[in-house]
Amino acid sequence: MTAITGRVRSAAPAIVVGIVLLGAWEGLVRLFGVQEFLLPRPSSIATALGEQWAGSADTLGTVPLREAGLNTGIIAVTGLLLGVALGVVLALVAVRFTRLGEAFTPFAVAVNATPIVALAPIFNAWFGLTSAFSNQAVVLVVVFFPVFINTVRGLTDVHPDQLELMRSYAASETTILRRVRIPNALPFFLTSLRLAAPLSVIAAIVAEYFGGPQSRIGPVITQNASFARYDAAWAAIVVASAIGLGLFILAVAIERFALPHRPTEGE
Amino acid sequence: MRRLSRLLAIAAVGLALAAVWEGYKLIGQSIGPEGGPSWLPVATDDLTMPHTWDILAAFVEPVQRGRSETLAVFLLRSAWFTLREAALGFAIGAIVGLGLALIMLRSRFLDRGLVPWINISQTVPLIALAPIVVTWGRTTFLSDTQAVSLIAAYLTFFPVAVNGLAGLKSPDPASVELMRSYAASWWQTVIKLRLPAARAYLFPAFKLAATLSVVGAIVGEISAGVRGGLGRVILDFAGRYTTGPEKLYAAVVAAGLLGLFVFWLANLAERRAMRGRAVELS
Amino acid sequence: MESTTDATEPAVAIRGVVKVFGAGTDEALTAIDGIDLTIAPGEFVSLIGPSGCGKSTLLRLIADLLPLTGGEISVFGKSAEAGRVDQDYGMAFQSAGLFDWRTVAANIELPLELMGWSKADRRARSAEMLELVKLPEFGDRYPWQLSGGMQQRVAIARALAFRPRLLLMDEPFGALDEMTREHMQNELLAIVADLDTTVVFVTHSIPEAAFLSDRVVVLSPRPGRIHSIVDVPMQARTAELREHSEFFKTATEIREALRAVEATIPSAGAPEPSPSTGEAAE
Repeated sequence: MTAITGRVRSAAPAIVVGIVLLGAWEGLVRLFGVQEFLLPRPSSIATALGEQWAGSADTLGTVPLREAGLNTGIIAVTGLLLGVALGVVLALVAVRFTRLGEAFTPFAVAVNATPIVALAPIFNAWFGLTSAFSNQAVVLVVVFFPVFINTVRGLTDVHPDQLELMRSYAASETTILRRVRIPNALPFFLTSLRLAAPLSVIAAIVAEYFGGPQSRIGPVITQNASFARYDAAWAAIVVASAIGLGLFILAVAIERFALPHRPTEGE
Repeated sequence: MRRLSRLLAIAAVGLALAAVWEGYKLIGQSIGPEGGPSWLPVATDDLTMPHTWDILAAFVEPVQRGRSETLAVFLLRSAWFTLREAALGFAIGAIVGLGLALIMLRSRFLDRGLVPWINISQTVPLIALAPIVVTWGRTTFLSDTQAVSLIAAYLTFFPVAVNGLAGLKSPDPASVELMRSYAASWWQTVIKLRLPAARAYLFPAFKLAATLSVVGAIVGEISAGVRGGLGRVILDFAGRYTTGPEKLYAAVVAAGLLGLFVFWLANLAERRAMRGRAVELS
Repeated sequence: MESTTDATEPAVAIRGVVKVFGAGTDEALTAIDGIDLTIAPGEFVSLIGPSGCGKSTLLRLIADLLPLTGGEISVFGKSAEAGRVDQDYGMAFQSAGLFDWRTVAANIELPLELMGWSKADRRARSAEMLELVKLPEFGDRYPWQLSGGMQQRVAIARALAFRPRLLLMDEPFGALDEMTREHMQNELLAIVADLDTTVVFVTHSIPEAAFLSDRVVVLSPRPGRIHSIVDVPMQARTAELREHSEFFKTATEIREALRAVEATIPSAGAPEPSPSTGEAAE
């Protein structure tokens, strides 16, 4: 059995289930004559996606999905990168200054349990209603906490034997950090990255509800929904999902690449 | 003792952050005009950054001129409203998640076929569809708040399904063999072995799901325009920001506290359910 | 649970048994190839042999935890499957495999629960079994509060709780220290003599096999076959036997058989397939 047929075979159930789900959706909507505003058929969503991709053909003036998707994608990716960078840097600081870390980490866990997206209107007040940074900041904060918490855990949950071994070599704290803590934290960090990647898109869209430029996925969904053009609203959702999925797959790929000797669960 | 010192540490960090806030304001206002120098990322005037004590004071002031109800009581009422939506969403999500986990345990084909789709489901911003979900709910028997609960459920089923499946698969092969040697049925094995063993995986998922249900309820309220809950309150206060910025901050703090409250509840449930179990004598 | 078999019917009859793992694939592995063995009621038979000889696999075939590839096995005149479904045997594994969320008593009561016993009957029986394994005051404890030897006694109590006529044991004392092991062996003999139980016992230990058994079956590996059967002279199995010359004679006989087996093994080969992670898990 070659690697390729093995891969096809392992992906087959997912493809079959996907086709069955889409088929059932299309079929049930047709069979029971569900109105389009309740649940558009996958085929009409696909048509709307095609029509709205490059530019809207009508007078509503909504932005082309390509442009909206690109704008939201940029917000999500930049916010994600900033949040990940801040999370990793602060995790390293928290581990270097143990006392500070011990005080701050439970606080971070507590904040992570709160609906951070609710900060969106506050950021609008801070950075301006139409500023892209208001939305980026929401993504940044939403991404920051899982990355920070996981990375701190990875840097500190080191096997005591390994630390003792390093101490027996009279290794400095910096060496221990480089040789033991950071390699130990890598899988934890990559897990948080996999969680944070799709989250960044959703956070960006939620933030867009509170304000920001109109040429984004969030406003496009709202406008289309308010004009009862649900197939177009769903098409925008598909675009958003595709961005989230792309980032997720990228995160999984990074994980596979960085940890080739470990099996990755779920994909 | 450890819990006390932990609470003290959290309080200390909170106070330190408040000090940073006030210090930032102080510096900004001492070196620049009204809102501080323009190169500061956030203006330091009292409208953009109200004083921490003003935010605290807002809690005990009337929610509106002419109304006797204080903001704290008003927020508590709104939080209760949101909590009920979140609780229903959590319950639906937990049941659906556990059901999916059982289905995937039962069928190896569906296990491999569904897992990727369950992952993909979380990249779909259903939150953005809240208005559609509400419209959809109106044509059926669902009230608007129940529709919001459905959005919360969409967020909560995911961790329960993923962790639940891992937990149901966690018993070691010898235990599964033991059940088989008793000629136990599939359901008996689930009830007597797999579900109890899955608790160690399920409760962390429940904790995450609990906070996600609050996020879902708040965002669902906001985008669906459902009145009565914290989400709508945040939206309203954001709209009237210029006349009372402290109120928005107070509402956001209330949302945070509600998130912490459900997290604490889930934690409590975990402690009770895991009672008697080995506290890993490490 | 009354024994209705006549004296002539064997407890276990194994005829021409073959077991191939992964039959029909490139990686097919013959674990057992043509074993015939008849075990009389009340007999204590040990299976011994180097790793890869299929002794655990044979035990799991008797237990119907693995499907047969060829041949047949009957347990008290019925098929192995009927034996499992009718709960004709109790089983104990190398790891005690207690459910850590159940108290000691509840662990012993697990098979009784599955058989639909009333709560009062279960309580009475678990108290009786705890008495038998000399842990009367530990019923309300949890497994993690017990030492390894105590956990293993609970596992034996669980295996015997419903008074099966046949006890299948897979290296039950393998993880114990030498002192505890000898103590457990004495207790096991007392218990099975008390209940007149037939025992099939898989072990790695020559003294253990020599001390406990009526017959010791020496298996050779890859594929597993019976190399020889060592008959142990009838005598009182007391602690003194361990110092008796008869005991050393038996042990020597087993050791020589094992040496002869070892001599036939090529130096390298596939590791023994772990039966507990094979088809048995499904």
